[in-house]
Amino acid sequence: MKPSLRPPARGKRWLALLAVLLALLPGAAVRAEYGDVVLNNWSQKNGMRPVIFPHWFHRERFRCKVCHTELGFKLQAGADDMDMADIINGKFCGACHNGKIAWSVEHCGLCHSGKPGLSTGIMSGGTSQGPGIF
Amino acid sequence: MGMGCAQAAQATHLAEMIFRRKTKAVMGSDIVCLLRNRRVGRWAALLVAASVIGAGVAWGGTVVAPVKNVWAALISDGLHDPANPDISLLQEPGDSLSKLPQDYVGNKVNWDQALNEGYIDPRSKLQPQTRVRTLDQDTIMKNTGGTPWVRFPHRPHTAWLDCTTCHDSMFKEGPTPGLTMLAILNGQYCGKCHGTVAFPLSECNRCHSVIPK
Repeated sequence: MKPSLRPPARGKRWLALLAVLLALLPGAAVRAEYGDVVLNNWSQKNGMRPVIFPHWFHRERFRCKVCHTELGFKLQAGADDMDMADIINGKFCGACHNGKIAWSVEHCGLCHSGKPGLSTGIMSGGTSQGPGIF
Repeated sequence: MGMGCAQAAQATHLAEMIFRRKTKAVMGSDIVCLLRNRRVGRWAALLVAASVIGAGVAWGGTVVAPVKNVWAALISDGLHDPANPDISLLQEPGDSLSKLPQDYVGNKVNWDQALNEGYIDPRSKLQPQTRVRTLDQDTIMKNTGGTPWVRFPHRPHTAWLDCTTCHDSMFKEGPTPGLTMLAILNGQYCGKCHGTVAFPLSECNRCHSVIPK
């Protein structure tokens, strides 16, 4: 059957408009702090809450170059090939989260603190959509 | 000369009295007398109470409320799981960000000022052998269409970042052919940080800051 090119019926049009308006509501539920990163490549698959990494907290204590140059973190949320074994072995987060500079890996819930179902990405608190706003 | 209390009590309308005696006379003891008049006193008390409540609401609205609302509490930020018992151990953004120089975008913090003025003293390296490099040099970009030229200051960028973050993977010496606002808005080049962790792309004139002569 040939698909109809006619606009949808009036009732459906209102529904569509409502859907668009709802989609445009800026961060109705999420009021994350600017730069908060969600990491959920592996967490939930392994029965843990997603990781919330707050940039604001870390940049008060370390300049960007420490993690993004010395530790090798890419400028893209979730792009690093890392897992808990790496962290326990002192790589990535494990360079500090070792019980000496910052809390150690036994304190699971301090990093794995996100709502289940979140996807990996960077939040910008509604100020912008982060990389790739289109 | 003011009039006696008895006379003041007889005055039926406050306004009438003020107008008849031209404000000058209705001063000092006259006002005390007026306030002793029950009806006037009651209205005055009401007026004072309303002013206090109004001022309180206005002050709360302009001073207290935004500070509380600017930085969401972790438990209600939509990211942190309120069911996580450890959430109370984490520092609230507002606890520390409210003490730093304020901005009106991003974290509502002027991070460069916070660093320059010593509000924060973040470490530059973990390994003792790491060489910390900074550069105080401006680059002016003139191929900006009709908008003001861009001044890129290396100083605040190298205070936070190492050279290798941008050179040469993103920027080589000389013009960068793909460097357009479209690419930046799409999260490339400057847009990797500006729009995610550094001041957002809505702040046009912080980069497009040089008016061509």
